[in-house]
Amino acid sequence: MPATIVETNTKKFKRKDIDPITLDIIENAMMNARYEMDAVVFRTAMSPGIREQNDMFPMIANLEGKMVVGQFGSFIHGFKEAYDGTIEEGDLFLTTDPYACNGAISHINDWLLLRPIFKDGRLIAYAAMFGHMTDVGGKVPGSLPTDAREIFEEGIRVPPLKIFKNDELQTDVLNLILHNSRMPTWNRSDFNALVAAMRTAEKRVIEMAERFGDDEYYSALDELLARNKRAMGKLIKDTVPTKKQYFEDYICDDGLGMGPYRIKCSMWRDKDKVIFDFEGTDPQSISSINFYLNEEMFKMFCGVYMIMVFDPQIMFNDGFYDLMEVHIPEGTLLKPREPAALSCRTHALGRIFDVLGGLLGQGDPDFLAGAGFSDSPHFMYSGYDKNGEWYQLYSIGFGGIPGKPSGDGPDGHSLWPSFTNVPNEFLESYFPLRIEAYETITDSGGAGYNRGGNGLRMGYCFLEPGTISIHDDRWLTYPWGVNGGLPGRRSEKILKRTDGSEEMMPSKCDRITVNAGDILYFNTWGGGGCGDPLKRETERVEFDVRAGLVSVEGAKRYGVVMNADHTVDEKKTKALRAKMAKQRGKVKMFDRGGDIAELKKRCKKETGLDAPRQPEFQAWALKFLEEQPKPKGRIKMARG
Amino acid sequence: MPYRLGVDVGGTFTDLILVDEKSGSIHTAKVPSTPADSSIGVMNGVAKVCDNAGVDPSEIAQVMHGTTVATNTVLTGTGAKVGLVTTKGYRQVLQIARSYVPGGLGGWVIYNKSQPLAPLSCTIEADERMAADGSVVRKLNKGALTKELKKLKKESIEALTISLVNSYANPAHEKEVEKIAKQVLPGIPVSLSYDVVPEMQEYERTITTVANSYVRPKVAAYVKSLERKLKAKMKDVKLHILRSDGGMASAKVAQSLPVNLLMSGPAGGVSGAVWVAKQAGFENLLTFDMGGTSTDVALVQDSNAQLRRETTVGDVTVRASSVDVRTVGAGGGSIAHVPELTGALRVGPESAGAEPGPAAYNKGGDLPTVTDANVVLGYLPSEVRLGGDMEIRKDLAEKAIKPVADALGISVKRAAAGIIDIVNENMYGALRLVSVEQGFDPRDFALIGFGGAGPLHANALGKLMNSWPVIIPPGPGVLCAYGDATTRVRDEASRTFIRRFANISPAELTKTYQQLANKALKTLEKEGVPKAHRSVTYQADIRYSGQGLTLTVDFDLKKLKSKGLSIIGDPFDDMHRQLFTFALDADKEIVNVRAVAQGKSAEIDAKKVTGSGSRTPIAAAKIGTSKVFMDGKNMEANLYRRDQLKAGNKIDGPAIVLEMDSTTVILSGHTGNVDKFGNILIAPSA
Repeated sequence: MPATIVETNTKKFKRKDIDPITLDIIENAMMNARYEMDAVVFRTAMSPGIREQNDMFPMIANLEGKMVVGQFGSFIHGFKEAYDGTIEEGDLFLTTDPYACNGAISHINDWLLLRPIFKDGRLIAYAAMFGHMTDVGGKVPGSLPTDAREIFEEGIRVPPLKIFKNDELQTDVLNLILHNSRMPTWNRSDFNALVAAMRTAEKRVIEMAERFGDDEYYSALDELLARNKRAMGKLIKDTVPTKKQYFEDYICDDGLGMGPYRIKCSMWRDKDKVIFDFEGTDPQSISSINFYLNEEMFKMFCGVYMIMVFDPQIMFNDGFYDLMEVHIPEGTLLKPREPAALSCRTHALGRIFDVLGGLLGQGDPDFLAGAGFSDSPHFMYSGYDKNGEWYQLYSIGFGGIPGKPSGDGPDGHSLWPSFTNVPNEFLESYFPLRIEAYETITDSGGAGYNRGGNGLRMGYCFLEPGTISIHDDRWLTYPWGVNGGLPGRRSEKILKRTDGSEEMMPSKCDRITVNAGDILYFNTWGGGGCGDPLKRETERVEFDVRAGLVSVEGAKRYGVVMNADHTVDEKKTKALRAKMAKQRGKVKMFDRGGDIAELKKRCKKETGLDAPRQPEFQAWALKFLEEQPKPKGRIKMARG
Repeated sequence: MPYRLGVDVGGTFTDLILVDEKSGSIHTAKVPSTPADSSIGVMNGVAKVCDNAGVDPSEIAQVMHGTTVATNTVLTGTGAKVGLVTTKGYRQVLQIARSYVPGGLGGWVIYNKSQPLAPLSCTIEADERMAADGSVVRKLNKGALTKELKKLKKESIEALTISLVNSYANPAHEKEVEKIAKQVLPGIPVSLSYDVVPEMQEYERTITTVANSYVRPKVAAYVKSLERKLKAKMKDVKLHILRSDGGMASAKVAQSLPVNLLMSGPAGGVSGAVWVAKQAGFENLLTFDMGGTSTDVALVQDSNAQLRRETTVGDVTVRASSVDVRTVGAGGGSIAHVPELTGALRVGPESAGAEPGPAAYNKGGDLPTVTDANVVLGYLPSEVRLGGDMEIRKDLAEKAIKPVADALGISVKRAAAGIIDIVNENMYGALRLVSVEQGFDPRDFALIGFGGAGPLHANALGKLMNSWPVIIPPGPGVLCAYGDATTRVRDEASRTFIRRFANISPAELTKTYQQLANKALKTLEKEGVPKAHRSVTYQADIRYSGQGLTLTVDFDLKKLKSKGLSIIGDPFDDMHRQLFTFALDADKEIVNVRAVAQGKSAEIDAKKVTGSGSRTPIAAAKIGTSKVFMDGKNMEANLYRRDQLKAGNKIDGPAIVLEMDSTTVILSGHTGNVDKFGNILIAPSA
C-alpha cells in the first residue's frame, strides 16, 4: 500500500499565475535555503567524512515530492509507493535501506532523513538530506566489507520509520540503532546535524510561503519545474542525436579476484525524449560492488552533466524527468536483487559518470572530456591506541580531474561536489598517523592538448598497530583519454614494512594488519587527457616541467624536447612532433590504453598483481535477465 | 600635539577628517584621489584640511588611514614573486589546496583553477619533520636546504614564506630555516607561518603566510613613502593603518603583517557606520555598503562589528580576523540579462564597471545595468544635476533595457523595476546571511546605507528585512574617514591549544592567557598607548570534541580560576543552541586561545547641521520633481538638496534627495526624518 498523507486542512492549493520576477526571487530563496542546510550540517556534524569532506546531500521538494533544489534528485515518489503507513505533521522519517527506498541511497552507511513540511495543517513541501555515517556496524570497521555476499553483513539496516513522531524523538529506536555502531557518538552527532538541517529547511519554506502566499509559493515551485523542463527540452533536442550511441566501461575487480565487470549503456533520442538503456551490463556480482542505481537519480546525473557541459546557466531540478526514460535490467550490477551486498558501490557510482561522459560526448566530440570520474578511493584505519582508546578513520581520496575542453584538469582534486580533503595536521593530531608525503604524482595526468590532472600520492606512516582497509579501482583499466589525449596513469598501493619489504596491495581489501612504522603509499588515478598533446602550446609544457608536474621525459609525450635548463628546444620539438604525428596517424576518439585482453595479459608485469579471473555469475541471475521483458522504446528502435 | 587625522582613499575621492583631540571639534575635506600614487592625493588633502581649519600640519600627532593597497594587489595579481619553503613531501600544498572544486555535481567540467600565489617553480622542500605534539621527528638537513635556497636565488624571488608541517606546535625548524634563508637570500623579506598564524591546518596556514609575502613589498613601499611624506610636514607624527578587524596597526607592524590589511577598506566603512549610528543613538545595525560592482554587508551588535576568522579577497581565502563583511557581486554596474533557454531574469555577476559603465552615462556602455534601471524608474533623476555630476541620459538607459523587457514580454518600466527587485533580493540574501542565519532577528536592527548606490536601495532593503529606521548618513566618503579617525589601536595574540575540557587545569589555562595578553599588550606599549587606556579581552575557540568548526566565546579571565571552565562552556552551549537549534551532551574542547588588547577610542563629536527644521521648512530644500515608477504605478517624487536639509525636517516619500556623491530614495509610504547630525532616518509613515 502506498503511504497515506494525513492533513487536518484539506483545502487544495490554487494554481496562480506567477510573474517572472517573483519566480526568480523564489528560486533564489530556495537556493539559499539549500545552501543554508549544507552550512548547518557542515558546522555541527562530527565525523570527518561529513564535516571535512561534506559527504552529505540536501534537497527541498514540492508537495508532490519533486525536487526543486538539491543535488541528487528526488526519491520521494518511490518512497511513498513503498511506505505502508501515514505521513503526518511532526513526522521525520529515517531509512538506511536502499532496497526500501528504490535506491535513493545506495548503501546502508548513508542515512536518509525525510521531513514532510506542513503549514496550517496542509502539506506544502518536503525536505530531505542524506549523509554517510562512518560506521553502522557489520563485519568490518567502516561497514564497507569488500567481501560481503549479502547486505546482512554490512551493518544495521533501518527500514523507513518515523524517528520523530509528533516532533518527538523516538529515543528507544535511535538508541537501538546506535548500539550497533562502532562510533555511536559521531553517528548521533551527525544525525543531530541532519535533523537541524531539516528544521532549517522547514523554517525557510514556511517563511517563503508567508512572504509570497501559500498558493503563490505552491504555484511557483510548479512553474520552476516547468521552466526547467522547457530549457532541458531544448537542450536535449540540440545535443542528443537520434542515432543510437553506445558506450561501455569497467569495474576492474570485485574484491574476490574476479573482473572486470562491464557497464554498458546506449542512448538515443526519440522525438522529445532521450532514452537510456543499460542492456548488456553484467549481471550482479556475488560481492559488494553492486550499485543499486535509482532511475530518477540517473536522470539527475544526466541532467546535471548536460547542463554543466552545454549550458551552466540552467538551474536544475526534477522538472525534466518526463523527458528521459531509463531502463536498467533487474539482476544486473546496477539493479541487484535483494539481499545482494551493496556497500562498495562507490566504484560503479563513479564509473557511471565516465560512462555518461563518453555517451553524451560522442554525439558532440567538441564537448568531450577525458575519463577521471574514475574512482573514489576510500582508506580506513582503526584499532586501539596505547591508552586502550578505539580510533577509527574513514577518509576519501582524490585524484586527477580529466582534461576537458575548457582547460587542464586540476591536480589532486575532487570530482564529487563540495568535498574537501582532511587537513593532514588534523589527522596527525587526532589519529596515530604521520602523513609523510602529500603530493601529486609527476606525469600521472594523461597528456593532451588539455592535460589530465595528476593523481595524488599520500604516504600514511602508522604510529600504532591497527588494521586498514582499502577500496580502490582503475588499477587495471585506464582513465581513458579523448580526441587524441592519452590515458591517465592507473592507481596503485604499496605497503612498505619496517623490515624494508614492499608489497603491492590489491585494490580492495580489509583487515590488513599494520604495525608502527609501516608506511602505505596510496597513489590515486591521473585524469585522462583531452585533445591532441602534439598541439599543446610548448609554453604550457615548459610551465609544467618547471613546476615539476611533468618531467623532462614526460614532456616527450607531448612531442616536446626540453633543454637542460628546462627551456624548450623548439627545433627538435618540431621534428619530434612531426615524426610522432606520422607514426600515430589519425587521432582516436577514445584511448583506453589497450583492450581488456591486452590489459589482462600485461597485468602482472605492469601492476605486480595477478590479473583477475573471468567473473562467475549466479545461474539464476543469468536466467532472470534472459526472461525479463524488454522496454518498449528499445524494441521499437531495434525494429526501426 | 592635539590633532588626529583620519584619511580614507576611495576610487574617486580622498576624504579627510581632522579632529581636535582636546575639544573634539572636527574639520573635513574632500579631494580627488590619485590612483597611480594615492599618497599624492592624501598630501593634497592634508594641505586642504589644514588650510580649512587654520591648523599647522605640524600640530597633527596621529594619522589613521584605511588603505586598499593590499586588496588591490591581490585583485589585480600584481604582488611579489614569492618563494616558499615547505616540509619534505608537501611541496604541492598550494597546488592541491583543499581539493575542492566549486559548482556542484559536474562543476569540474567548467572549473579552471588559478595558479597558486607562490609558483611551484619557486617552491622548495626542507628535509625536516615535527610531530603533532611539537617533538622533533627528523632534524633539519641544513646542507640540503642551503642548496635548495640557492636555486630560489636564481629564480629572483622578491619575498619568502616558510611554512612547515606542525610548526604551530613548535616553530623551532621554521626559525632555523629563516636563519639560513637570511644568509642565502639577504634583503628578501621573510614571513614565518608561526608568526603570521600559529594555528593548525597546513594549507590555511601556508596560504595565509604566502598571501602575506605576496602583498608585503607593495604595502611596505606604500606605507613607507606615505610615512616619509607625512613626517616631512608633521615631524613626529605616528601613522596607523586600519586592520581588517577594525583595529589599528602601527606603520611598522602593517609593513611586516600586511595580510591583516586585506579588508582595511570595508572595515573603515563599517567602523564609520558604527560611529555615525552610535551618535544618532543606534547600537544594533546592519551595514549596507553598495558600490559599482559589489556590495558589502555586516552585522553590528552593541556597536561591535561581528568578526570572523577568515578573510576572502578574489579567490584567495586566508586565516586572518576581519570584520564579518559579506560581499555580493552586485552593484550599480551589474548587468541584467535573460538567458535564452530558461527565460529567467538574471542580474550580474558581470558588471559594466567604470568603463564602459552604465548606458545612461554615455561612455560607450550599451548593456542594461542596475544604474540604468534606476534611471528609467526616475530614482536617479536625469532632469536635475548638481555640480560635478556626470550627465545622465534616460533615453540611452531605456534603449539598453528594452531587450530585457522584450525577452520578458513586459514594459521597459516594469523590466527596470524587475531588475531592481532582483538585485535587491540578492542583497537581501547577503543581509540574511549575517543576521537570520546567525540567529539574529533583523527587526532588532537598524539598517545603515552608504557607498555610491547604498542610499538608492537602502529603503527597499529596510522594507524586505523589516529593519528600521534606515539610516542614510551624509557624505559616504566622510563616513570611512570617520571610521579611520575613531578606531583604536588593537593587537591580538593567539595559539592553537587543543585540549578537552576534562584535561585542562584552569590555573594552567589562566597562565597561558596571561602570556598571550602580555604579548598583545607589548604592541600597545610600543604604540605609546598609556597604561590606563589599555584593556584586554579573552577569547576561546570552542567545539564539541570531534566537531569541525569552532565558535568563539568571550569570557572574564578573572572568573576562570574561581568558577572553572563552565564560564566558557555554558555560553558556548547557548550559542550553539541559538545557531543550530540544539546543544550536545558531549565533551567540549578548546581549539585556539586568544587575547585581544585594545587602546581607548577617541572622543569626538559628529558635525551638526546648522539651522533648524522648525524655522526652515522642508520646502526650502526642494529643487524640483521627478516622474518615478514605484509600486507598479507612475508617481511624482519631490527632489531635495541634501545640503539644504535642517534638523527636524520631515521628508515624505516618494522623494529623492540629491548630494554630490550620492542619491537617496525615500519610497512612497515612508518618511525620512532629518536628525541634528544631518542623518536621514527613514521609517514607514505613521
